Amino acid sequence: MKRQRYRLDVGARIDRGKTLRFSFNGKSYEGFDGDTLASALLANGVRLVGRSFKYHRPRGIFSAGMEEPNALVQLGSGAASEANLRATQVELFDGLEAASVNCWPSVDFDIWAINDRFSSMLPAGFYYKTFMWPKKFWHQYEKVIRRGAGLGTAPELPDQNIYDKRNQHCEVLVVGGGPAGISAALEAGRAGARVILVDEQAELGGALLGNGEHIESRSGVDWALAARTELDEMPEVHILTRTTAFGYYHHNYILMVERLSDHLGAPAGTLRQRLWKIRAHQVVLATGAIERPMVFADNDRPGIMLANAARTYVNRYGVRPGNRAVLYTNNDSAYHAAHDLAEAGVRVEAVIDVRPNPTGEGVEAIRQRGIKVLAYHALVGTVGVKRLRGIEVLALNEKGDGFSDGLQRLRCDLLCLSGGWNPTVHLFSQPGGKLNFDELKACFVPGETNEAVIVAGAANGVFSLQGCLAGGAAAGREAAAKTGLEDPGAPSLLPVIPAEEGPITPVWHLPPVSKGEMRFVDLHNDVTASDLELATREGYRSIELVKRYTTAGMGPDQGRTGNMHALAIVADTLGRSIPEVGTTTYRAPYTPVPYGAMAGRDVGALADPIRMTAIHGWHERSGAVFDDVSQWKRPWYYPRPGEDMNAAVKRECIAARTGVAILDASTLGKIEIHGPDSAKYLNRIYTNGWSKLAIGRCRYGLMLGEDGMVMDDGVTSRLGETHYFMTTTTGGAARVMAWMEDWLQCEWSDLKVYLTSVTEQWATLSISGPNARRVLSDLAEGVDLAPESFPHMAVREGKVAGINARIFRVSFTGELGFEVSVANSYGLALWQAFQRVGEKYDLTPIGIEALHVLRAEKGYIAVGHDTDGSVTPGDLGMDWLVSSKKDFLGRRSLARSDSIRPDRKQFVGLKLEARVPEGAQIVSELRRRPPMKMIGHVTSAYDSAALGKSIALALIERGHERMGETVAIPLTLEGRVVKAEIVSPVFYDPSGERLNV
Amino acid sequence: MSDPSLRQTPLATLHLGDRKTSPAHDATVRLAEKIFIAKINLRADPSNRKLMRVFEKVLGFALPLESNTTNGKAVRSALWLGPDEWLITAPSSQEQALFKALSEAAEAHHLAITDVSDARTVFLLSGPNARDVLEKGCGLDLHPRAFQTGCCAQTRLARTGVLLHQTSDEPAYDIHVSWSFAAYLWIWLEDAAAEFNVTIVADDG
Repeated sequence: MKRQRYRLDVGARIDRGKTLRFSFNGKSYEGFDGDTLASALLANGVRLVGRSFKYHRPRGIFSAGMEEPNALVQLGSGAASEANLRATQVELFDGLEAASVNCWPSVDFDIWAINDRFSSMLPAGFYYKTFMWPKKFWHQYEKVIRRGAGLGTAPELPDQNIYDKRNQHCEVLVVGGGPAGISAALEAGRAGARVILVDEQAELGGALLGNGEHIESRSGVDWALAARTELDEMPEVHILTRTTAFGYYHHNYILMVERLSDHLGAPAGTLRQRLWKIRAHQVVLATGAIERPMVFADNDRPGIMLANAARTYVNRYGVRPGNRAVLYTNNDSAYHAAHDLAEAGVRVEAVIDVRPNPTGEGVEAIRQRGIKVLAYHALVGTVGVKRLRGIEVLALNEKGDGFSDGLQRLRCDLLCLSGGWNPTVHLFSQPGGKLNFDELKACFVPGETNEAVIVAGAANGVFSLQGCLAGGAAAGREAAAKTGLEDPGAPSLLPVIPAEEGPITPVWHLPPVSKGEMRFVDLHNDVTASDLELATREGYRSIELVKRYTTAGMGPDQGRTGNMHALAIVADTLGRSIPEVGTTTYRAPYTPVPYGAMAGRDVGALADPIRMTAIHGWHERSGAVFDDVSQWKRPWYYPRPGEDMNAAVKRECIAARTGVAILDASTLGKIEIHGPDSAKYLNRIYTNGWSKLAIGRCRYGLMLGEDGMVMDDGVTSRLGETHYFMTTTTGGAARVMAWMEDWLQCEWSDLKVYLTSVTEQWATLSISGPNARRVLSDLAEGVDLAPESFPHMAVREGKVAGINARIFRVSFTGELGFEVSVANSYGLALWQAFQRVGEKYDLTPIGIEALHVLRAEKGYIAVGHDTDGSVTPGDLGMDWLVSSKKDFLGRRSLARSDSIRPDRKQFVGLKLEARVPEGAQIVSELRRRPPMKMIGHVTSAYDSAALGKSIALALIERGHERMGETVAIPLTLEGRVVKAEIVSPVFYDPSGERLNV
Repeated sequence: MSDPSLRQTPLATLHLGDRKTSPAHDATVRLAEKIFIAKINLRADPSNRKLMRVFEKVLGFALPLESNTTNGKAVRSALWLGPDEWLITAPSSQEQALFKALSEAAEAHHLAITDVSDARTVFLLSGPNARDVLEKGCGLDLHPRAFQTGCCAQTRLARTGVLLHQTSDEPAYDIHVSWSFAAYLWIWLEDAAAEFNVTIVADDG
């Protein structure tokens, strides 16, 4: 067999000196550098490339671009495998391996093709109608249906490539590197604009690469190459090829994906794709147009393709897509394709034109070549199943809505369709751009928009080369001028002799000639004209619902070729106009984008920041087990050899109760408050009063949201006359700071208060236990630690281990405690100093689990643990902290009927028979099985070493009235129940003696 | 004063001296930690002219009043953070004296002067490809038409907040990052710079 027997000997944008080997469905072939997989397959005479989605009908290459509905392939294998790529977009590389999707066992013999035989039993909505009853069987049906209707296979191994992201700003973003886009970029670039010109192809040129047209004396390709040279010399012009702008968001924010090594086979470890995030002052969309097919019986056979695709295969890839061609059209552009095919040596049998009297230069040229033009005729069928062998033609009747007698058959192996052109308006529409229907051109064109965007060329419904060049240049100049750059002067536009074009006559669909024939509208989803007619008969009116019911326009190709016909058929059947029916919504992405590109480098160790304190390295070296507290890593506990978590936590708790413990408390939120109105401000932020706090003293404060629910808590100290220092919870730090600034800046701008976040400035160590003062006194200088001069809830400044420090006498464990804060860079030195002097006191590092046990024994709440945004101070039994003498945030909400209803859940302690999980439900009347009335839930639960039993904190309806009551905590359906007695939440040292020593 | 020899930077655990890099002469990206830069956060009313003059006298230059700009002289800079907020930077040797001078000179006024030297650390990112590195994780327009030497901005870089300050046309940038996020951002920067010739300098204080 002759290799590449459909390849032309000369011309085209391929390098015949560079042969590439590839395989398709297990067979080996050769192609050339510059080929796509599709062009290489056509060059080798491969016509059957896939099976259709629903009926598994044989399908061939239909297009030469991203609109391809048929030739979906699985590329590569293993980790590098990728599904549902369009063969028309896959650039050929040496060693490429591809396979058809959606067929089994092979594309040539596909078991599921049986669906085609029974296609009359699989109309629109078949799955909805058939498999929804009985409802519970869907899961069984689905497994089988999925196997039959699936597309490619997702790889199951981790991606071996690197993906990256880039942000870029520009004055003018030009999307589309065809004649209009190049002209726009040239003009904007000459005006001095920062220009980004982006195109999905490997090189600039767009339609010029495939249509063989000339600009002045040069070929279109040479013109594009010269333009590229000029653009490359402009320092502020950035050209991105192999890059797809896929998402257009408000305020000219555009996402694009650049394919850097896909055309080389994306070897493992290489940078494969880069996501570009573009913010453009002005956008020029020169996205071109997509050709529409024609709708008739069996219009899906391999060998049928869009006319412009056939032209592209000849001109760009040097491939004859067939030996004997027929073209079927309703407009002039197919005649240009017929011309180029004939020039390439394809025998053009006839052009079938539905128009009664086609005129125009292109038509005349074809007639002069002696090619038959069958005007006012229509195709009614095709011959051949796995390969097109011929077509059937009838003349139209007088009205043009049916046929005359006299069937003609023509032999051919290539049928080229042109049903007119759809401007590629996807990006324009994504951010809400409105479309207008142009009756003359029979297509939707861009209308109103809120974005700073200009649409030029074919995307704007201008299909002549002259119009694209002129429109693009004007758009480029206008866009640059709008960003304040000067117009470079007269346009340097080349004169192009305009070809005279005849008007289009859209014939969206003709009646079927025989019963049960398949007139495909959406090739990708196997949706026929009859399916759409059925949907309207069944009552569907909205095009959005017709889409979802029939699946027209869904899936990887998003109905690029078929949507216009679909909505025209719906309009026709409903007797409405096309604009009345309208289009479905255009959404990003324009074409599929790999997840890898969206993730970029935010994977593995960079997936999310890990926040570390100054002492983190020590914790790691000491074998701490870490707990995630928002993005922080906090030591959870420090197991010694042989210890499990329970044993370690128990030992740490005992150390704090009987000796001395040290905890890294650096993660607490910290805010400096300065100004003469600070106390007034604190009075509004906290529920309790701050007017009388003396300098050098600290106070616990409770913060509510506007809904009256506890939002945060912490200790605030007065350091000077007008200087306070607030601490917040770890998780609440950023939120509380923003909340406080918001009130200050937006509501209380009269208050003279400044806030400064210092969470990250300080390392804070918490020393706690009966020996805390002894340890600290070994290191502290210039501070009298004696209880009389440094009482509980006081703050002093001095030196600890030679380091300037703030020392707070506060406690979250219920033991004598000090928090020592030093500048972060000294944090580790301070910690290590404590380790040195602490040796003789058996100073024990403890993690946050032990801290939680200790605070729970004392009944101290942990906001976000014991509270969940629905808990008032009263619910917590903390009414004593709510001042009645002043106003504060959330106060009014505390008087709402819901806030004062007697059956609210209230904070209590539970004495337990055994440990229960946090979140366990509490019932007062135990039944054998649910439902049971749930009266509350466990918020914190620990084994208490100090008490020698399990304890819990809980929120229980009317809990404060239920002291001493026994409740049940059912844990399993098998009847495991733990009994609990409701008690005060303060289990340990209720009088607080241990704090005041 | 605390003993400075006890200090460590948030990158201490990364052992920057051991990192593999290109030789300095052909590097297109230079990455360093400027350790222990003194930083003082100022909050004051810019319409208080008397106070503004006090600051000018102590600093040797006026506080910048235009958004996202900086002012400075020799080794001291003032970065605009908000309509009533600035960050003063200086060598660590000046930290105590400068803090004291500012506090005492402005004593009678309503303001907040806060030592935040350890709240953030400063990375130096410079070289012909420095902007390319930043563009991987920062949404701001850093092109010379929009952002020049002397500009500053509080923005996001990768997945953390930073204060970005362009210090030369090379370009060179100071990147101020919170202590707890510093190791994450450093690793991110090394990764982002990996496609260029990057040289890493352990201490550029």
